[in-house]
Amino acid sequence: MSVVLSGVKLDNPVIPASGCFGYGYGMAEYYDINILGSISFKGTTRDARYGNPLPRVAECTAGMINAVGLQNPGIDAVIAEELPKMRAAFRKPIVANISGFSIEEYVECCRKINGEEQVEIIELNVSCPNVHGGGMSFGTSAESVAEVVRAVKQVITKPLYVKLTPNVTDIVSIAKAAEAAGADGICLINTMLGMRIDTRTRRPIIANTMGGFSGAAVFPVAVRMVYQVSKACNIPVIGCGGVETASDVIEMMMAGATAVEVGAANLRNPYACKEIIEQLPAEMERLGIEKLTDIIGIV
Amino acid sequence: MYKRDIYKVVSNEQLTAKSWLMVLEGDTQYVTRAGEFVNIALEGKFLRRPISVCDYDERTITLLYDVVGEGTKAMSLMKEGAELDLLTGLGNGFSEERECRRPALLGGGVGCAPLYNLAKKFLARGVKPVVILGFNSEKDVVSADMFEAIGAELYIATVDGSMGTKGFVTDVIREQGLECDYFYACGPMPMLKALCRGVEWPGEVSLDERMACGFGVCMCCSVETKSGNKRICKEGPVFDKEDLIWK
Repeated sequence: MSVVLSGVKLDNPVIPASGCFGYGYGMAEYYDINILGSISFKGTTRDARYGNPLPRVAECTAGMINAVGLQNPGIDAVIAEELPKMRAAFRKPIVANISGFSIEEYVECCRKINGEEQVEIIELNVSCPNVHGGGMSFGTSAESVAEVVRAVKQVITKPLYVKLTPNVTDIVSIAKAAEAAGADGICLINTMLGMRIDTRTRRPIIANTMGGFSGAAVFPVAVRMVYQVSKACNIPVIGCGGVETASDVIEMMMAGATAVEVGAANLRNPYACKEIIEQLPAEMERLGIEKLTDIIGIV
Repeated sequence: MYKRDIYKVVSNEQLTAKSWLMVLEGDTQYVTRAGEFVNIALEGKFLRRPISVCDYDERTITLLYDVVGEGTKAMSLMKEGAELDLLTGLGNGFSEERECRRPALLGGGVGCAPLYNLAKKFLARGVKPVVILGFNSEKDVVSADMFEAIGAELYIATVDGSMGTKGFVTDVIREQGLECDYFYACGPMPMLKALCRGVEWPGEVSLDERMACGFGVCMCCSVETKSGNKRICKEGPVFDKEDLIWK
């Protein structure tokens, strides 16, 4: 079941997605998290952030909307307090999810996290608004994605994966811009922008009005984008979006993913990743798959 | 610790126009104190529904819940023998072992639910709590008979004055001149705010918020406190009155 992402070997392709597993150690109370391929930790910014006002979550058909607003203790506290606890509970490669609101912030956070033991991949969340670019999300423009990738690559030695937002007209052009700028891999998709209204109060359910839609409902969109991007680029793709079962993992890999992140499913079922990993051998046997690497991008 | 398991509906009874009492049977070893909650998976709903534990024993969990949306509506339609997927043992409950001479248990609406087990715990060790429950109207009054049956000193307030004291639980405290040394509260935010600001006794309150996971990883229910950001589902739902910031 092992896979390799830019030289980083994972025992299996299953990675809890950023924001759905904290820093891992909290989940270690409930099952042995060392069965996971890796963990992408909670999106981390330069400064500590409380995030958005409550409510931050809304129910949807086959999914949910969240607008947490990148609540995190800040990169220095993550390195000093969260990472030691994470390493004490988890011995496998760690994916460091880094967010920022300016190029300088991305660079500073990535430089700091790059030196951390066990952090084997840096995952850049480019879905945040660029405060110097009129608030447009970095990830919606090929130029700004390329700019942030180039800047970060100059200060790190670990593989850089860019986590792309699906809220764009042409995902392929953005993925290709990231690749040309030096990205070692692509992760997609982040959440889709959504909104729900409480028809009784006539107000948005989420205090932030809009939020990121995720869960089983987005799976076909994720499969489509993973397929398009993996066909157009020559760097590995981590597939993410609506994965709930071992069969979903295999489908995502057939679309072109080398590894697969599991997000919202963890929030309904804290044992989701454990169950997927346990189901994978039987599902592989059922489908006549000897090695998972044999099916990557087979479609 | 929490545990996910399947629980069987023993009974599910309508008490008022909107309130229901459900008794579930299953493994209750992870429910350890009053004020904890369970998170319920419902067919066709993506997110679980967090409901506070009204009462529990070695084999049953009792939930007192209001039908407020599609999820709780689906719960109300469940019949005896139906099965539910629950996460139990969630949250930090009330400090039920606290040495109190005369604790006040203050509930607003369905917020009375977690106070029931707390009242039982106090009575079991010979401390008689003062229970004050507030509702909009007499037709909404729920659990009063349950508290009376266990021997609590019970007062009712209704906003329209149709039963008990006209007004809020704070009006009962004033009107009756009640002297307590600590309070435990659960109810709507405006009530909790009024209690934390207006009642001089030390105390603790249980907060209610929309949640996603219920076990501390998603940060959907964070609250800013005087000692930093806390997760209502994990460090809470019960917080010390002095720790909360009211804007």
